[in-house]
Amino acid sequence: MSKKEKSKRSLFDPKIIRRALWDSVGKLNPVYQIKNPVMFVVEVGSVLTTALFFHALITGRGEASPGFILQISIWLWITVLFANFAESMAEGRGKAQADALRKTRQDVMAKRLAKPQKDSGISQISSSKLKKGDVVLVEAGDVIPMDGEVIEGVASVNESAITGESAPVIRESGGDRSAVTGGTMVLSDWLVVRVTTNPGETFLDRMISMVEGAKRQKTPNEIALDILLAGLTIVFLLVTATLLPFSIFSVNAAGQGSPVTMTVLVSLLVCLIPTTIGGLLSAIGIAGMDRMIQANVIAMSGRAVEAAGDVDVLLLDKTGTITLGDRQATMFIPAPGVDTHVLADASQLSSLADETPEGRSIVVLAKEKYGLRERDIHALGAHFVEFSAQTRMSGVNMDGREIRKGAADAVEKYIQKEGGTFPAEVRSIVDDVARQGATPLVVAEGKKVLGVIRLNDIVKGGIKERFAEMRRMGIKTIMITGDNPLTAAAVAAEAGVDDFLAQATPETKLKLIREHQAGGRLVAMTGDGTNDAPALAQADVAVAMNTGTQAAKEAGNLVDLDSNPTKLIEIVEIGKQLLMTRGTLTTFSIANDVAKYFAILPAAFISIYPALGALNIMHLATPQSAVLSAVIFNALIIIFLIPLALRGVKYKPLGAQVVLRNNALIYGIGGLIVPFIGIKLIDMLITALHMV
Amino acid sequence: MSGNDVLQAVAYFVVLVVLAKPLGLFMARVYEGRPTFISRVLGPVERLFYRLCGIQPEEEMGWKQYALAVLLFSAAGVFVVYLLQRIQGVLPLDPQRFPAVAPDLSFNTAISFVTNTNWQNYGGESTMSYLTQMAALAVQNFASAAAGMAVLVALIRGFKRHSASTIGNFWTDMTRSVVYILLPLSVLYAFLLVSQGVVQSFDKYKTVALIQPVTYETPRLDVHGNPVKDAKGNPVMEKDRVMDQTIPLGPAASQVAIKQLGTNGGGFFNANSAHPLENPTPLSNFLECLAILLIPSALCLTFGDMVGDRRQGWALLIAMLLVLAPLTLVCTKAEQAGNPHFASMGIDQAASALQPGGNMEGKEVRNGIAGSTIWAAWTTAASNGSVNSMHDSYTALGGMIPMLLIQFGEVIFGGVGSGLYGMIIFAIITVFVAGLMVGRTPEYLGKKIEVFEMKMAAFVVLIVNGLIKTGTALAVSTKAGVAGISNPGPHGFSEVLYAFSSFAGNNGSAFAGLNGNSFFYNTIGGVLMFLGRFWVIIPVLAIAGSLAKKKHVPAGLGTLPTHTPLFVIFLIGVIVIVGALAFMPSLALGPIAEMFTH
Repeated sequence: MSKKEKSKRSLFDPKIIRRALWDSVGKLNPVYQIKNPVMFVVEVGSVLTTALFFHALITGRGEASPGFILQISIWLWITVLFANFAESMAEGRGKAQADALRKTRQDVMAKRLAKPQKDSGISQISSSKLKKGDVVLVEAGDVIPMDGEVIEGVASVNESAITGESAPVIRESGGDRSAVTGGTMVLSDWLVVRVTTNPGETFLDRMISMVEGAKRQKTPNEIALDILLAGLTIVFLLVTATLLPFSIFSVNAAGQGSPVTMTVLVSLLVCLIPTTIGGLLSAIGIAGMDRMIQANVIAMSGRAVEAAGDVDVLLLDKTGTITLGDRQATMFIPAPGVDTHVLADASQLSSLADETPEGRSIVVLAKEKYGLRERDIHALGAHFVEFSAQTRMSGVNMDGREIRKGAADAVEKYIQKEGGTFPAEVRSIVDDVARQGATPLVVAEGKKVLGVIRLNDIVKGGIKERFAEMRRMGIKTIMITGDNPLTAAAVAAEAGVDDFLAQATPETKLKLIREHQAGGRLVAMTGDGTNDAPALAQADVAVAMNTGTQAAKEAGNLVDLDSNPTKLIEIVEIGKQLLMTRGTLTTFSIANDVAKYFAILPAAFISIYPALGALNIMHLATPQSAVLSAVIFNALIIIFLIPLALRGVKYKPLGAQVVLRNNALIYGIGGLIVPFIGIKLIDMLITALHMV
Repeated sequence: MSGNDVLQAVAYFVVLVVLAKPLGLFMARVYEGRPTFISRVLGPVERLFYRLCGIQPEEEMGWKQYALAVLLFSAAGVFVVYLLQRIQGVLPLDPQRFPAVAPDLSFNTAISFVTNTNWQNYGGESTMSYLTQMAALAVQNFASAAAGMAVLVALIRGFKRHSASTIGNFWTDMTRSVVYILLPLSVLYAFLLVSQGVVQSFDKYKTVALIQPVTYETPRLDVHGNPVKDAKGNPVMEKDRVMDQTIPLGPAASQVAIKQLGTNGGGFFNANSAHPLENPTPLSNFLECLAILLIPSALCLTFGDMVGDRRQGWALLIAMLLVLAPLTLVCTKAEQAGNPHFASMGIDQAASALQPGGNMEGKEVRNGIAGSTIWAAWTTAASNGSVNSMHDSYTALGGMIPMLLIQFGEVIFGGVGSGLYGMIIFAIITVFVAGLMVGRTPEYLGKKIEVFEMKMAAFVVLIVNGLIKTGTALAVSTKAGVAGISNPGPHGFSEVLYAFSSFAGNNGSAFAGLNGNSFFYNTIGGVLMFLGRFWVIIPVLAIAGSLAKKKHVPAGLGTLPTHTPLFVIFLIGVIVIVGALAFMPSLALGPIAEMFTH
């Protein structure tokens, strides 16, 4: 599905709501409810009050009027339904996406090859029967039957089914673009693919099961919160259960009144136990995963989402993340005694056939600064010398001229071989350029050094501000680059990262991660190549690019479908948001209890000690209306908070102290005040309507 | 509330805080085995003790082993205290020839002293021999206090260590608590108290002639002990004249010193520190009251120093002070305001040159209102439980304050050691909720708070709450329980609720109206005190063990700081809200109902 479609799926899609309504009734099944102790208690309470209603109705000797008990029990059932609805809403959004994904996971006929060669014999086989290790041929127009690795060929592939990105991508054997995903389609050419997974374990399968929540397990933090909530529930269970003997004793002691009724006790219990957070907890968790999916990130476990909020150290690749992917030529610096025009001309000639972005940028610079027009290299009869790993230079041979450009040490070696000398002045230019964070490219003709082309890394716009944000959040950013320390330091300073790792190799990356982890820090990183896999596996939060290799994707616990390395920052925010939403709603839920006491306690005991009417500070109309208002408020607040639970509390990158103060004010103090107002309003309404 | 009341409260608090810091830092040195200014004198004593008991002081224990040592040590204590009471009649140092104490009462007393509760269903001067007082009760005053401190130190080590499997050595921690801290302080205090007139003697009780003999009427009894009635059915009265008085003696000063310092609270005499020979002067009152909170407040700073961030200790101490100080003043104000029933009768209850004013029922004139209410608040904030006035006679609001302070879970200062480990449990819960609010999995002092810690913390909160509630429910719904209640209406309910809060919170003070020396209260009280103590210690040690195993997470900008005013306020909020929410309904049927009924 495309991105546009996704954004259309608003928070309250009627289709999802319809499905959620049905689901919430189905979830009344006690076998399901028992997984959530708080809501299970509410359900038991609902059953109890319903039984009390029938008892009152049939015998006519109920503990209160049947109408009152009925209204209480209806609202208790509604409380359970609201909580179920919240969870179903959160799940519904995942399910809708899973359905769309499932459509792409169709059974296709695959062309299995007898040998891993294109022209070996083909046999037709259903994609569901393919096993790990099989080799298949996929040609233009075919759907790739299974996840696999390209072993031969180059092709453009449409991966929009998975990524939502409609532009085709290139897949080829070898290198970092060899992984293909089942369900995507080859648009042109052909590929020979070795299947790397068994049926049912493909990336698509895992994605479906993640978004559907089928494999959703409670995360450790969620379990810890569950325990706290269950503990509070038992405390309040004891509070209300012992009120019965206490009130019986007090009736005898005071010589008047009647003990508190079961209906009121159940109402008090339901109002006190943290139903708001209890009812929304699982919705918050599912919604967190869903927000990741909205950001086009697939979390392989809920744990990874949670851990993202805790990240202390962020490892970011320089190229593509901090800087624009390519270096750009920004200046020609001639050697002493060489005219700049000569240098610019030679540089342009050597780059005309150079199709790398760097080469093109040299041609552009020569045209912009020195008015040198592009020339047709074939018309000039020139012969282009391609870059090779041995010479580490590229250049052009033309009319007996040999122009070369390359790294300083490579050119130096070349000059010496030609019998020339490498001028000391050029060496100092090279060092200066490097110190400024740029890459020096030395240009030579024959045995004469003409000068230096300065290539600059262009730091992405706005990235410095993002890093400042991270710093305020308490996250340290480390830039990873293959550059030399001088260049790395300059880029690091310009981008505003906290630290850098220069001349990085897979081993040094792994070592860096381990060092931080040994210091107790949580490390996040992104990666796409096979050589990133060990570091990804070691990192606590590892975001693999979808364009990356199968090995990288296997090692990561999050996969970014957009393959956008800055996505990490968003991922961290989503993780934090998830935890914050849990914390704020817990605080809100507990703070609510104070007002509920002032509503229910005087109502419960006024017949025993009329003086306790002094606690009715909200001046609620009657004891019945007071209890009913508290129960209604308790149910409605769940519905009101569903949008917050699904969207998450707004995250602003501020220090912990400020965030706590803001949230404590809004959800703590707010949680104390809101129910006083809400309960009073509901009381006025139900009194006006003569409901009790 | 008079200016004098406020001035006294301020003086008590200021002196307390001033003394807390040097003592706290001294204790940190003691527990870390660093040399102190008295090591040269006491070091040999410590080492001699290790040699005598065969203790390897450097041997480390895991949390289970540590917990087992606490339990075995305490079980042995219960057995010895029980035995000494049962056979005191045949042992020396019993000048009054007291017989063996009844089995159920012995059981209750043994548990009570071993758990640092010191609930007393007996009158000291009419039940216990000098030997029992000294060898059984005073010894447990030291041992139970030291055990509490040891458990706290083990928990602190849990925060301090990382990737470790042990949390210290119980025997070493015990020995150091006694040798370096409790014993020297008690000796100093005993001398100070003797200087004020607290008795210290092995003599028989003295009989002295009354300067003003008293005459009173009592009903005449027949041979069966029933009152003889006249023709109209009225009891026949006869005059009785009292010429002399028995003055109880005993080694009181030495025992009073540790009962105050070790948050034990078990009085040498039945009237506890209201007794003129246990607490004779305003100065002794000040010293004894100060002793209640001295070690609990200093331990906060010990904690801060040991975890390497003193601000953490101050934060907890300030949180405790911010709860206690206002409640002390509310209690004082309520008592100084006097009895509302007298006010409606037009009786002058204002403080003046001629009278202290206020509600003086159950208070000693030499202590006055403030001297009594500060004590009442402090002794219940700390799980001390000694009294110098009768809480039962307080006004509804004034009496609710001590009860509420117990129901906060004995974490506002609380018992020596036990109060602070309880407070740390609350800090862990606070960190969990507040930590989530800032978007991180919570951590406290560099240790991540995860499922296991929450399980244990929730259990601690649950157990104390549950014991108080179920115990009270059992008492008010059984004949045996109701039989002990002596006051009608909500006040009677308050008596029972107070007693069970005191049992489970290991406080030991009583809302004196309840008659606790019955089989029902002796046994159920004993069981509750036991559970309230050890079912908290075990999870606390489990947390210590689990924290010690974890890696240390360095604090960053995104870490929730736990030494700031904001955190202190949040912590207070959690304690007060959890305490208030759990007890508001029961309090509504007791003191709150009483308060609004005029």
